Amino acid sequence: MVIIKLALQNLLGAGLRTWLNVIVLSFAFFAIVSLQGLLEGMNRQTAQAMIDTYYGGGQYWSKNYDPYDPLTLDESHQPLPEALKKIISAGEATPLLMLPGTIYPEGRIKPIIINGIDPWQKLLAIPSHFLQSTNGNIPALIGNRMSESTGLRQGDQVILQWRDVDGTYDAKEVDIVQVMQTSVQTVDIGQLWIPLQLLQEMAGVPDEATLVVMKSGSIDHISIEDWTFKDINFLLTDIKELVKSKSIGSTIVYLLLFFLAMLAIFDTQVLSIFRRRKEMGTLMALGMTRGEVIRLFTLEGSLHGVLAVILAAAYGIPLLSYFVRVGWTLPTQTDSYGFAIGEKLFPAFSAGLIIGTTLLVLIVTTVVSFIPTRKISKLKPTDALRGKMV
Amino acid sequence: MKDEILIETRDMVKIYPMGQYQLIALDHINLSFHRGEFAGLVGPSGSGKTTLLNIIGSLDTPTSGSAMVLNHRVETLSHKNAARLRNYHIGFIFQTFNLLPVYTVYENVEFPLLLQRLSASERKKRVMQALEWVYLQDRANSRPSQLSGGESQRVAIARAVVKNPEIILADEPTANLDAENSHHILKTMENLNKELHTTFIFSTHDEKVIQYLKRKITLFDGKVVKDEKKE
Repeated sequence: MVIIKLALQNLLGAGLRTWLNVIVLSFAFFAIVSLQGLLEGMNRQTAQAMIDTYYGGGQYWSKNYDPYDPLTLDESHQPLPEALKKIISAGEATPLLMLPGTIYPEGRIKPIIINGIDPWQKLLAIPSHFLQSTNGNIPALIGNRMSESTGLRQGDQVILQWRDVDGTYDAKEVDIVQVMQTSVQTVDIGQLWIPLQLLQEMAGVPDEATLVVMKSGSIDHISIEDWTFKDINFLLTDIKELVKSKSIGSTIVYLLLFFLAMLAIFDTQVLSIFRRRKEMGTLMALGMTRGEVIRLFTLEGSLHGVLAVILAAAYGIPLLSYFVRVGWTLPTQTDSYGFAIGEKLFPAFSAGLIIGTTLLVLIVTTVVSFIPTRKISKLKPTDALRGKMV
Repeated sequence: MKDEILIETRDMVKIYPMGQYQLIALDHINLSFHRGEFAGLVGPSGSGKTTLLNIIGSLDTPTSGSAMVLNHRVETLSHKNAARLRNYHIGFIFQTFNLLPVYTVYENVEFPLLLQRLSASERKKRVMQALEWVYLQDRANSRPSQLSGGESQRVAIARAVVKNPEIILADEPTANLDAENSHHILKTMENLNKELHTTFIFSTHDEKVIQYLKRKITLFDGKVVKDEKKE
């Protein structure tokens, strides 16, 4: 306690020198927490958007389905088994049928994937209820990015071409009944959504589906022949890897900031020990051991970290709380990075992040403060009193 | 009590290696100091006064021979025990005062008692008493930068006596003071010597200090050449 009191007094007595170091270190701490919070928020937002819109609580994939190989889509649908029909009728799952197709907006050819979805489903955050209209034409739903790239708007009509199970090509006009605002590019770019039953009739594959999406939050799944269950962790792998790759850049930024702050602490310690060698001699003459003097100087340095955390909390908590509440408006270019985020990013700060970063700052500051004090272990009190150093 | 020997050196030698050569700072010193003495080591620069004082104060160790301080053999003391000896039993007064700049007068005087882990109330009592001895009780909240030379040295004296040590070692205590302040400081230390029976040992070549000494030990080239007691 005595050493802590002395260290704090020495630190505060140094005035502006202390506060400059503390301010720099607090900025580094704040930057680390903010960047990590943004990344974590991005991760959570993206994952949640994918779960709400497409992944649900996991998916049953038909035997030949490979999301990375659109050429296999023709073959990757099969009849729904009784077990899955039961789950679907209980409202615990919804089937999707995916077939390759082509549309001709404004005379251009655009290959797409035709998705058949139950217009009455409530599991996925796709406004499929707009497909309930039956005025004779095929109702279709597209996303906002698809609308941008094709020039199609709500109320427009476009020719849709597809191939049925016998290999025969057919075409019909579809009505764009709604342009959905979605942040999930998987259900948007190159995708057209029409009623499931209609697609099954068009393709000549009654009662068939490509995949079945389970309700979000469902934990149990049964083993079904010819259908593979993909859980949420598997489905979110790509997103996690994408976020991880983005985090490398921010890691470099905050490591750089951290390094600069630690360099400032280290320099301060070295100068402090050099300037105060006579004081160290006096402390030893008054009865402090070398070990206590080392502890005193190390503690002075590491208290920079404590003060920095307190200062960062003072301005960081209100600032970050504000952004957690109102979000961080993103530039439109963010859309091209492939993240399902939307217009605003809401950072997420976990207790683990705050505590972990705090511990990191304190530990590294202590180590950086200790390194220059090792010189003191070789210091003779008589030399120190004369102002000599090792 | 008064005849009790607090410090005794026997054939004490201190040698500093200086590259190819050796500097003999102390050459077979045989001295003893009793409780309550007001003694001084006098001599020109380089005669070994400060070296002897440092060894007595357990800040340094002899190369050969022995130095017994309060029944402790300085040459075999561990760093920890040497620090403890200094903290509890030996006070230091330096030429340049050596006050801790970020602490107030009160905190400077309190410092040795903090290391002894005394209670706050006991510390306050002793600190205020020590400040009264040196007539600085109204400057308790001042910082060293706000004090004159004489006041700074009085704070150093208070810091040295606050723990009621048996021995106080003063290394050129008046070197940075004018004549008036020097006499004032010496008078203060003389009074403390009489009241507390603390042994004072000075290292000095200042005539103003020498005239106050009850015992004058003259050193030259690391040897004791004269040891005079004043009646």
